[in-house]
Amino acid sequence: MSSNGTNSADHKYRWVGTRPIRHDGVDKVTGKANFGADLAFPDMLWGKLLRSPHAHANIKRIDFTKALKLDGVKSIVTSADLPELASAEVEGGEGGGNFRDLSHNVLARGKVLYHGHAVAAVAATSQEIADQALALIEVDYEPLPVVLSIDEAIAPGAPILHPDLTTKGLKGSGRTNVAARVTFGKGDAAKGFAQADVVVERTYKTQTVHQGYIEPHAVVARTNADGQSIVWCCTQGAFTVRSLCAAVLGLEHSQLRVIPSEIGGGFGGKTTVYTEPLAVLLSRKTGRPVKMVMSREDVFRATGPAGAAIVEVKLGAKRNGKLVAASSRLWYEAGAFPGSPVGAGAMTVFAAYDIADVAIEGFDVVCNKPKTAAYRAPGAPQAAFATEQALDELAEKLKLDPIDLRLMNAAKEGTQAPYGAKFNRVGFIETLEAAKKHPHYKAPLGPNQGRGVAAGFWFNVGMMSSADVHLTEDGGATVITGNPDIGGSRASMAICVAEELGIDVTRVRPIVGDTETAGYCDLTGGSRVTFATGLACIEASRDIVRQLRERAAKTWGCDVAQVDFVDGRCLPTKASGLDHLPLTVAEIAQHMAKTGGPLNGQAQVNPRGAGPGFSTHLCDVEIDPETGRVDVIRYTAIQDAGRAVHPSYVEGQMQGGASQGIGWALHEEYVFSKSGVLENAGFLDYRMPVASDLPMIDTVVIEVPNPGHPYGVRGVGETPIVAPLAAVANAVKHASGVRMTELPISPPRMLAALMAR
Amino acid sequence: MVVVPPALRALTGAERVTLAARDVRGLLRALEARYPGFGATLGPRFAVAIDGDIRNDADYDPLAEETEVTFLPPLAGG
Repeated sequence: MSSNGTNSADHKYRWVGTRPIRHDGVDKVTGKANFGADLAFPDMLWGKLLRSPHAHANIKRIDFTKALKLDGVKSIVTSADLPELASAEVEGGEGGGNFRDLSHNVLARGKVLYHGHAVAAVAATSQEIADQALALIEVDYEPLPVVLSIDEAIAPGAPILHPDLTTKGLKGSGRTNVAARVTFGKGDAAKGFAQADVVVERTYKTQTVHQGYIEPHAVVARTNADGQSIVWCCTQGAFTVRSLCAAVLGLEHSQLRVIPSEIGGGFGGKTTVYTEPLAVLLSRKTGRPVKMVMSREDVFRATGPAGAAIVEVKLGAKRNGKLVAASSRLWYEAGAFPGSPVGAGAMTVFAAYDIADVAIEGFDVVCNKPKTAAYRAPGAPQAAFATEQALDELAEKLKLDPIDLRLMNAAKEGTQAPYGAKFNRVGFIETLEAAKKHPHYKAPLGPNQGRGVAAGFWFNVGMMSSADVHLTEDGGATVITGNPDIGGSRASMAICVAEELGIDVTRVRPIVGDTETAGYCDLTGGSRVTFATGLACIEASRDIVRQLRERAAKTWGCDVAQVDFVDGRCLPTKASGLDHLPLTVAEIAQHMAKTGGPLNGQAQVNPRGAGPGFSTHLCDVEIDPETGRVDVIRYTAIQDAGRAVHPSYVEGQMQGGASQGIGWALHEEYVFSKSGVLENAGFLDYRMPVASDLPMIDTVVIEVPNPGHPYGVRGVGETPIVAPLAAVANAVKHASGVRMTELPISPPRMLAALMAR
Repeated sequence: MVVVPPALRALTGAERVTLAARDVRGLLRALEARYPGFGATLGPRFAVAIDGDIRNDADYDPLAEETEVTFLPPLAGG
């Protein structure tokens, strides 16, 4: 270990890199784990939402007099029951945003902006009575023309969603549906293109897709006599729910305690609030617990998907393949309120490549669809779908191997990304080299089959985390953090503690705390938990190690500087000349009362150094020329994980991201009627890939240690969804000769393209 | 050294500018003093990349003489 606590690249680990059974595994496979909808109280009310039948309409009147008279109805609330918040950008990464928009999304105020927008909430003694009450609420709407696409939203004379909206970043925009313009770049793109021998330029389109988490949103809120509300919900961040509920309801944080349940998937979709503030409000009004559970239809109609996008990409290269210029314009749908991830899309569109002259312009566009939410590497898959296809086309034109073209231009340490930052040590080249050597890349292909290559990049973030580690009297440990466990983080946290304390990983009990039992943690997202919260666990464990050395020194009557800690034992340093038998963690713990009392470690971090993630994916498809059906027949995901703390969960993230990306590429899209009604709000009609649709996703974990973490960890959760869209499309091109620039590559669209060849 | 985002280059007149500051907060003050309107154009929500490391909250992060800084939209994740 170095003086700053960072282990050397060849450090031998006892637990890091092993695959212990997850600590919550038995409860989950035996059905004992409690998810969002599992909690109930005897005197509990049911909350239900009245949703708009229109995609765009003014609300002229809401009359719930009749509904309130229905026996069993205890309370009805509308936006009039929420404080009107000023429109203001709030500082902060995950927890920031515009709270007025959030409030208006929770309950429409004066205007509905998408079909399914919540208008009123009812609390009643049963679900049936709540449904009856909803039917008795009278709402007079004044329907307005709808805007359902980027093209419609930016057309001259388009219906305007928000009368006060102007384009941030563009002076004098006037009334518009374009909420923001962002720009990035370096050098002089026009000059760069003038030097190019070959130019590829195309426009690519992706559709609105949902994260598809299995567990619908669910919440129970109970308000105590002292005015404190307790919220149980499935969320990626209990502290985020507390903050957002407090903002929407005008409460102090101390009036809210948020307890996260187990979570059945989130992928970014559970990083905001929908029913949670309303359950709190209804419980505060009635004095009884209120439970609200979304149906699958609710989830599709009114929670945040990833928005559709249009991405123009232009690449210029010399004849030898060296990229000399790139430009891009990106339009991303934000849904009903501003805030698409176009900024991240624009930052990532060329980030994987070292290009001297780059110009990028992005636009955040509102339309009459649900407000978008984060979805795994938000904004990056749409951008990579464009760039990675353009690179494939460039390789064809230049008669270069597509991996060689990428190797020639790959970002590496010192490369300045178009968003201004220089990369530290990254492992993109290593993933490309591994792909080129992989047997998959040279395997023979049959008729109607093709192979595609694509790369992916995601920043990864650090953000704030806390950890508390408590030593048990027999030398085991409990570790408490505030991050809901989505992808196996309990196991990773336990591994970090076991590694530092030198104890068996099965003797570490990882606990997901709540907003009152854990120190502050930003949410589980941004590929940050193993990096940042893991770092907090490491530092909290090192706090205990420091105390263990003090206790050993006290026991031996020597100076603490004369005590080493190695492999779970305190022992005299060689220089000390002392001759004591080593003391194990368990031995010191057993006598902690005599040496100073409990042994607890604590740490809080807001770390720099979240190393970026890069991947290279290989995809083989087979196309049925008679139906246009595309089957993925082989898939290999290769990714730099820095250091895989629990390789099974790293591989699981890679497989999951690839699976979701394949669904995005081949099957998934929101289908709206002309009036803005979502016509496929269920898993029968919204086609996500199931196990029988996919081959085994092969994985190769590359480990180029991140210098910003003691073990070299990089986030891994988001990068794997970036490459698949283009990997599939490139494979389709090589199987059929047709370049598919619009997703999904569904059988009708593929068949039409084949017929038009 | 500051790598200036395109939206702010109209103010600075250059892609890169060099200023002395002990931390990010001091750098922003210096930028505002030299290029009035820099802070308003940047807005309240931004991330900072310091020698390539991106952070959403870096007001008090120390800066060395050779440090390279750029300003970005705040990063989120899924």
